[in-house]
Amino acid sequence: MNPVRALLNTIAVLLAALTLTLSGVAESRESAGPYRVGLTPVFLDNQTSFLRDWEEYLERRLDHPVDFLQRQTYREITELLLNGQLDAAWICGYPFVRHHDALRLLAVPLFEGEPLYRSYLIVPAADGETRSVADLKGRVFAYSDPDSNSGFLVPRVELRRQGYDPRRFFARTFFTWSHRDVVRAVADGVAQAGAVDGYVWETLSQTHPELTGATRVAWTSQPFGFPPLVARADLDRDRFSRLQGVLLEMPADPEGRRLLLRLNLDGFSPGGDGLFTGIAAAMDRFGEE
Amino acid sequence: MAFRNLSYRIRVPLSLSLAILLTGLVVALALTWRAAEDLRRDLFRNAVEVGTVLSNSLPAAIKHDDLWQAYQLLQAARTPGDERGERLFLVLDRDQRIYVSSQPNQYPVLSELRGQGPELARVEYAVRQGRTLEPYAVDQPENERIYVVLPMLDDGVAMGTLVIGYARTLFLPRFHGILTRVGWSALILMAVLLPIGWYLGDRMVRPLIQLANCLGRVGRQPLEQIQCTLHEGSDEIGQLGVRFHQMLHELEQKQRLETQMVAAERLAAVGRLAAGVAHEINNPLGGMLNAISTYRRHGSADPVAEKTFDLLERGLQQIRDTVSALLVEARASSHDLTPQDVDDVATLLRPDAQKRAVRLSLENGLTAPLPLPASPVRQVLINLSLNAVQATPAGGAVHCRIHPGEGRLAIEVDNEGETIPTERLRHLFEPFVHHNPAGHGLGLWVTYQIIQQLQGRIDVESQAGRTRFTVLLPVGQELAA
Repeated sequence: MNPVRALLNTIAVLLAALTLTLSGVAESRESAGPYRVGLTPVFLDNQTSFLRDWEEYLERRLDHPVDFLQRQTYREITELLLNGQLDAAWICGYPFVRHHDALRLLAVPLFEGEPLYRSYLIVPAADGETRSVADLKGRVFAYSDPDSNSGFLVPRVELRRQGYDPRRFFARTFFTWSHRDVVRAVADGVAQAGAVDGYVWETLSQTHPELTGATRVAWTSQPFGFPPLVARADLDRDRFSRLQGVLLEMPADPEGRRLLLRLNLDGFSPGGDGLFTGIAAAMDRFGEE
Repeated sequence: MAFRNLSYRIRVPLSLSLAILLTGLVVALALTWRAAEDLRRDLFRNAVEVGTVLSNSLPAAIKHDDLWQAYQLLQAARTPGDERGERLFLVLDRDQRIYVSSQPNQYPVLSELRGQGPELARVEYAVRQGRTLEPYAVDQPENERIYVVLPMLDDGVAMGTLVIGYARTLFLPRFHGILTRVGWSALILMAVLLPIGWYLGDRMVRPLIQLANCLGRVGRQPLEQIQCTLHEGSDEIGQLGVRFHQMLHELEQKQRLETQMVAAERLAAVGRLAAGVAHEINNPLGGMLNAISTYRRHGSADPVAEKTFDLLERGLQQIRDTVSALLVEARASSHDLTPQDVDDVATLLRPDAQKRAVRLSLENGLTAPLPLPASPVRQVLINLSLNAVQATPAGGAVHCRIHPGEGRLAIEVDNEGETIPTERLRHLFEPFVHHNPAGHGLGLWVTYQIIQQLQGRIDVESQAGRTRFTVLLPVGQELAA
């Protein structure tokens, strides 16, 4: 083995050990540490200024430091959450259902008054024929994230339901790691169709109508539980309640309302696991993994 | 051919102008070609720069099959002009299918290049043929774009190929700008050079034209009227000018010689005729005069006959005088010419001159006797001087010069009488040509005959109110019979 590589490996192992030690320390003093909340760009894209404002808002309301952590994918955020490196995270219903035992529902956003959203199948505006994902055999298809319900699970379950093997149905598939980029991929013509979070598409249609205008919603799924904010199951009860309380009360004060408006959300609800039975059923039916 | 018959006045400047135009055109073409080459080099450099930037991340994206990242890398490499399709980015997989392109609507993912029209089919062929891992250009004149092919390497292995197509229209504005600049420069240069070329050509040809004009006049106009100011020098046209003047001079001399010869021959013929006639007349004339003399000696009583014989005798005497005048004979028996002989002539002539109020001057250059018969020379001098005095109006002057030279004697007689017309000059020395009502028309004839017999020559110049007779007599030669 290359001696340099060996040395690097040793350093990596040492660093990992150090990280684990530090996280252990942090855990033991968790009531004193800041709230660590994980976010992904899967539907919160290029919103650095908003996230800073929201962070400051939460800090003021909690009277406690809050750290927002961003990662590229749901998987990374979920890993961090399951490792205990995060207290809470905004993830998709699909990983929540998958890791139901280790996670606890913190708050479910209210979109158009309900804690629900749909998956949209979008095609380029020029495509006036596609009515269902089953019409897209041999095309290039864009998914958002492999851990996304609306951007991955829903179209695959739909294909399976209609008797196709989603692994061979398309000529080519790829992940954009963000719902917004699925819209872009379809609008630019890189993909001939894509699956996207209906909430993201609707929000974009207000802020970037030129982007959504180049696409057409060919099919919408049944409603699912909105991607929730979840906490790890072993989070300190008090911290959980305080965080949940602040989130649920956001619509009650003007600044909170302003922040919610920027998210195109109405508020948060405590939700219930029942919201995600649809996703759980889809996951069970999928059974390909 | 029309051009061959064109005047050099136009042909030479035209040729110079054509040469200038041609030069301008060649320079313009060379500059344009150079500009096109520069553009092409710029393009290749741009492509390689873009390719270098993309080569860090694009092969990794292809390796991890991250199509979206590959697309985003292409988007990041785009510039505003690419929105108008000026640059086309194509990423090809190892099967030369489109992995992703910057214009996925037109060049979709997974499509075959050869399915995108003949142009991209040619590009695909070129890429399949290209075995190199270095960037290279595919520039085919029938293509709308110039393509630069950049293999995307990961650890020395081609993961795919980046093809950047540059629309030719991208160069048109720049190329047009260069063309305009070159065109204007060429126009200005030619605007300056053409008049100079035309002027130089004209200047060069002008002496030739003058020479041609002068040559054209030879044969159509009398030689003495041809007055040409020609360029004379050591160059070719200058030499021609010199030669032409020589030729003109020689022609004039030849013509004059011919005229003189014709005149001399005519005078000789007339002389022979006159001598012949005189001899034929002299014999019967002598007989007739003898007869009259004999008749007188024997006496006669008849007064009428006496009167008749008187009349006859006078008439016959007149005939004899005339005939003897025609039979000029320079007698060799005369003594040598002395300065005194010349001075005597002046003395003889002065009364006549005074009578006509003409100033007569005689410049006697003789200092010693010359071996020339005195009598004929004196007669020549007297004849010419008398003629001069008679031709000169009152108050005028006659000037005679006699001066010996090397082996000859020169006599010049100038008068200020009216100019003798050319036509009369031709017949001046012929007998019985009356110009002067007072003379018998034999004076100059006699003079001419004497000079001929002395083997000399006489010339007349008459112009601008001045007439000069010049006599040249050889000294110390045997006289002609």
